[in-house]
Amino acid sequence: MQDLIADFIAETREMLEALGGEIVAWEAAPEDKGRLDEIFRFVHTVKGNCGFFNLPRLEILSHAAEGALAQVRSGERVPDDDLVSAVLAILDRIAELVQALETGEAISSADDEQLIAALTQTRATEREAGDRIVPAEGDRGKAIRSIRLSVDLLDRMMNGISDMVLARNELARRLREAPGEAAVENAFDRVSACIAEMRDAITRTRMQRMDSLFVLLPRMVRDISAQLGKKVALQVEGGDVELDREMVDMIRDPLTHIVRNAIDHGIESPEQRISAGKPATGTLRISAQQAGNQIVIEIADDGAGIDGDKLLRKAIAGGLLSPERGERLSPAQRTALIFEPGLTTADAVTAISGRGVGMDVVRANIEHIGGLVDAESRPGQGVRLTLRVPLTLTIIPALTISAGGSKFALPRSAIEEIIGAANAAVRIEMLGGASIAAVRDRRIPLVSLADVLGMASACSAAAQTIIVLRPTGRGDFALAVDAVHDHEEVVVKPAAPAVMAAGLYAGTTLTDDGCPVLLLDAAGIAASAGVDLEQAIETPPADISEPGEAARRVPALLFRTLEGTKKAVRLSVVDRIEEVAADAARFSAGRLRIALGGRIFPLAGCGESAPQGMLHILRLSDGNAELAYGFGDVIDIVELAEEMQPAAAPGEVGGVVLIDGEQVELLDPHWLFAAVADGQAELAARGPGLICALSDDGWMENILRPLIETAGYRAVRLGEAGADQADLVIIGAEAAVPPAAPAVLKLRAVPAPSGPGDDSIYRYDRESLLGALGERAAAIGKR
Amino acid sequence: MSELLLIVTLAGQRIALRAADVEAVVEIGALVPVPRAAAHVAGLAALRSKVLTVIDCHASLALEAPRPRRRRRHAIVTTVDGHNYALLIDQAEDVVEVALELQPVRARLSPGWRRVAQGMTEIDGAPLLLVDIQALLAAPGVPAADDARAA
Repeated sequence: MQDLIADFIAETREMLEALGGEIVAWEAAPEDKGRLDEIFRFVHTVKGNCGFFNLPRLEILSHAAEGALAQVRSGERVPDDDLVSAVLAILDRIAELVQALETGEAISSADDEQLIAALTQTRATEREAGDRIVPAEGDRGKAIRSIRLSVDLLDRMMNGISDMVLARNELARRLREAPGEAAVENAFDRVSACIAEMRDAITRTRMQRMDSLFVLLPRMVRDISAQLGKKVALQVEGGDVELDREMVDMIRDPLTHIVRNAIDHGIESPEQRISAGKPATGTLRISAQQAGNQIVIEIADDGAGIDGDKLLRKAIAGGLLSPERGERLSPAQRTALIFEPGLTTADAVTAISGRGVGMDVVRANIEHIGGLVDAESRPGQGVRLTLRVPLTLTIIPALTISAGGSKFALPRSAIEEIIGAANAAVRIEMLGGASIAAVRDRRIPLVSLADVLGMASACSAAAQTIIVLRPTGRGDFALAVDAVHDHEEVVVKPAAPAVMAAGLYAGTTLTDDGCPVLLLDAAGIAASAGVDLEQAIETPPADISEPGEAARRVPALLFRTLEGTKKAVRLSVVDRIEEVAADAARFSAGRLRIALGGRIFPLAGCGESAPQGMLHILRLSDGNAELAYGFGDVIDIVELAEEMQPAAAPGEVGGVVLIDGEQVELLDPHWLFAAVADGQAELAARGPGLICALSDDGWMENILRPLIETAGYRAVRLGEAGADQADLVIIGAEAAVPPAAPAVLKLRAVPAPSGPGDDSIYRYDRESLLGALGERAAAIGKR
Repeated sequence: MSELLLIVTLAGQRIALRAADVEAVVEIGALVPVPRAAAHVAGLAALRSKVLTVIDCHASLALEAPRPRRRRRHAIVTTVDGHNYALLIDQAEDVVEVALELQPVRARLSPGWRRVAQGMTEIDGAPLLLVDIQALLAAPGVPAADDARAA
């Protein structure tokens, strides 16, 4: 918490510093809308953070300034010098308070009210108050408790280590070409291992668990709901998901806004909820999960939902949309109006939210980092907001392609689909000299990359591959390329201005073999080819004529196994993909297992031996059980054709499907879970039914108990709760048989029986022991 | 004040560059083209693990003369605003330490050379143009800072 406050202080100070120029400029020209918006966003962000950290004084001040600025924004008030200086005084006070937060000194709150009153005072009476306003004279730099590393520095480290990896690769190539002494190679291997470790460590310095954000939510939700007289239960999942530190910073504000909005506007008051037939306590579910190279954060409430029609009326009234165009919007598009600037469903402005800035700022912030935000609303049942953000900004997953004989990279995040031009699912149509790709039920403008680049395509149109691109949540378009090569994680470096001036590139990168490659900018290509991306969003989607067709297509993950063959698995059973050190995998207790995030999972896909080096794993889940599947690389996400040839014999592979004309084995999750999770499943199946009471001695507790539990019994001690319902009692050979025991197993400490009447079992005679346990279980099973 | 100058041949002419601006003289192999970029951007090349933007100095000098087509070409490496560049030259000759006395060029230079020339200096009795590397990086037609000031 202390760290986060330190971050907040540093961030607010940075923003204030950056805002300094804007404020001065606004003072000179108060009618400048852009500058006003900047200042408005600042106070809004401060207000949001204050709620997060429970800083009421700052919150009151920023709320007051926001209110006055909102009036100016809406045209209700004309900014004059007095208003400007009153706002400036508040900003100065915010700076002072932030400074005080850091140094721990107290600042009198006596004149806070005067500052706020100055905002509303008329010109005549204000002079006096205005004179009082004195700029803050903070003495800076006292008692800094945390170190704030700049992301730039981390980037430099990251770039440095990437360079080292490339240099290492080159050295490795040279060594292969000219084999030298073994000693040199050993030394190289050591350096190589060190570099790999450093890369891992540096990557990790940039990663942070979602928990660092989530940990603040309970308090915030409690405070906001108490303030509004609402009851909200918060459920948080996926705190162990890790993402880039910088990303965590970038999504803090949007997340706060959304949570606020959900409680303020989404969840109804207890009375309203009861009359709507819902439980009085609303539920807010926040979850994070990793999906490939993205983090998906969902914020779902069970409140009233977004009133799309009301939004539409407001949008039309506000002149954002013409009534004719508004008519054509689908319900989902009406809901999406929530992200338009200046629109809100709230009728009343509260301290929590509802000035109609929140959601457009949320969208702008998320899109700025290459993410997407979607709203899905069901009237009366609630709203689900989905944020998708990339894991990191500097290393991005990219697809290498070629056109006109050159290789390029495309950011994976912009790619929706990859289709061979010869595929039956796509038809290329000509329209007034322009090409259009008809992909199943959609028509998308088609652009040839070679044409855009002014190069000659190296292959015929039919041999090309079509990539459907959707840059940052805008409309989509199709790009024809000569060939698709590979998925790679690339380190993006800025390109020189002379290269950026072409407007087609987002940066440069080096492939693993050290060749420079240009990273294409999907939006730039669309602009250069004259494709209107905004228009695509406005046109209502064509009716899906064949819902059955769409429903049958199942997304699947295509990957390369550790042996190098291609396999696929249905995406829905993949919980997430992780890269782990292979030494987390051990052959233990009869099978390969891997330790992940403090838990142990059965590991499949690696054969019988423990793998080496770094290992990619798929985390598969059937809803209850989870298992890990080791693999080589992700190739792509594909849609499965309907037809699958079943495998000849049941096994890990359930059948064979055709993907891009190639036979690919499809994993059978049922078999995997059955085979790998059988021990646990059996245990779970019979566990609760069988209870075994053990006499209270150390040997039984420490040595026998695990065996008993493996055999499917729940072990309790004699005399403990539950012992009287035991199905089996195990005692020492000399101990007295407890009364009312349904069955007794006696264990003796010596191998030889004491006499012919001795019915005890030697306590290390494992087979007899398990046999006795099994017999008893079978006897109960029959009953 | 003495200064280190690198003497190179560019478009058949001997010129001087400030050695402080030059990180290295390297040989450049195959280039990765940058389609639709300005004409003086010859392409990209990798030097160790850096991406170099390779500048065709003939183009930035707006010279029509045919360029020698060699497989490996000499280039000087420089860094401006964090970006790494390689400027293709014919050949690097020497590094000399001179007491730099810049004299204005009184002869009429062709526009391309005029844009990049900072002045004239005499080395071993021969006059040489001192060329501004940053001006060579700019697209032809973009006036150099000195021109702008004069105008």
